[in-house]
Amino acid sequence: MTATNDIKVGDRLVHKTFPPINRHKLALYCGASGDHNPIHVDIDFAKAAGFPDVFAHGMLVMGCLGQALTDAVPPAKLRAFATRFVAITQLGAKLTCEGTVTELFSENGERRAKLALTTRDDRGEVKLEGSAVVAL
Amino acid sequence: MVDQSAVGHRFAPVTARVEPGRLRYFLDTLGEQNPVYRDAGAARAAGFAGTPVPPTYLFCLEMMDAENPFEMLTALDIDLARVLHGEQSFAYHAPVLVGDTLTFRPHVASVTEKKGGALTLIAIDCEVTNQNGVHVADTSRTVVVRNG
Repeated sequence: MTATNDIKVGDRLVHKTFPPINRHKLALYCGASGDHNPIHVDIDFAKAAGFPDVFAHGMLVMGCLGQALTDAVPPAKLRAFATRFVAITQLGAKLTCEGTVTELFSENGERRAKLALTTRDDRGEVKLEGSAVVAL
Repeated sequence: MVDQSAVGHRFAPVTARVEPGRLRYFLDTLGEQNPVYRDAGAARAAGFAGTPVPPTYLFCLEMMDAENPFEMLTALDIDLARVLHGEQSFAYHAPVLVGDTLTFRPHVASVTEKKGGALTLIAIDCEVTNQNGVHVADTSRTVVVRNG
């Protein structure tokens, strides 16, 4: 875990890679998350909806990013976490999650840092863009 | 098609219990090995009074314990096959711990048309409180509906 008192703008605090997403992972996440939308596990449903195959839950990808985030920042320090789902994450994607400090500021009586977050697949395509606010 | 008349619509509140077995299933699925989420001693050392949940787990709790997890879709007459998740945010005000009972109160915050009506973006904001009435978090999700 990173010491948070000497953080400066431009520091890359978050960096983690994940194994390829497979169908088994999507089935497990369907149950584990309570998101039973068949589009992520039933190829017939996905095709009828106009997609070539099932694809990852956005929140599974955000869950990976959250994991990368709290590997680097103590969970008790996390104040906010937001993402935009930029592109669908396909089967086989190997995700890399990164976060860089963009701003240091004071809010609610504590020093805080804002991080810019991204998740990319192994072809470099951006899947998630987001931000987090952490207390220092 | 969903229009401005949906703004302000309140959905049924959801009461969800943070159960250790379900949380472990989530951690195992994501390959989450951080001891703070698995070990009470590590959680205490990290400043928590109990075992905390990972940052995105609030989203799951609301869906898991909703009587009708797709109420938003049926209430607004949206086809499940036509929705995508556009954005998600969490603001954390107080810890959420294993054993807590949370109440989620979601409502439609905004409806926005994009690409000449090809897409409708519906933002749903949700206040989360715990069994002691503490306001622990606010969440917001944007659902994208592919029209036509």
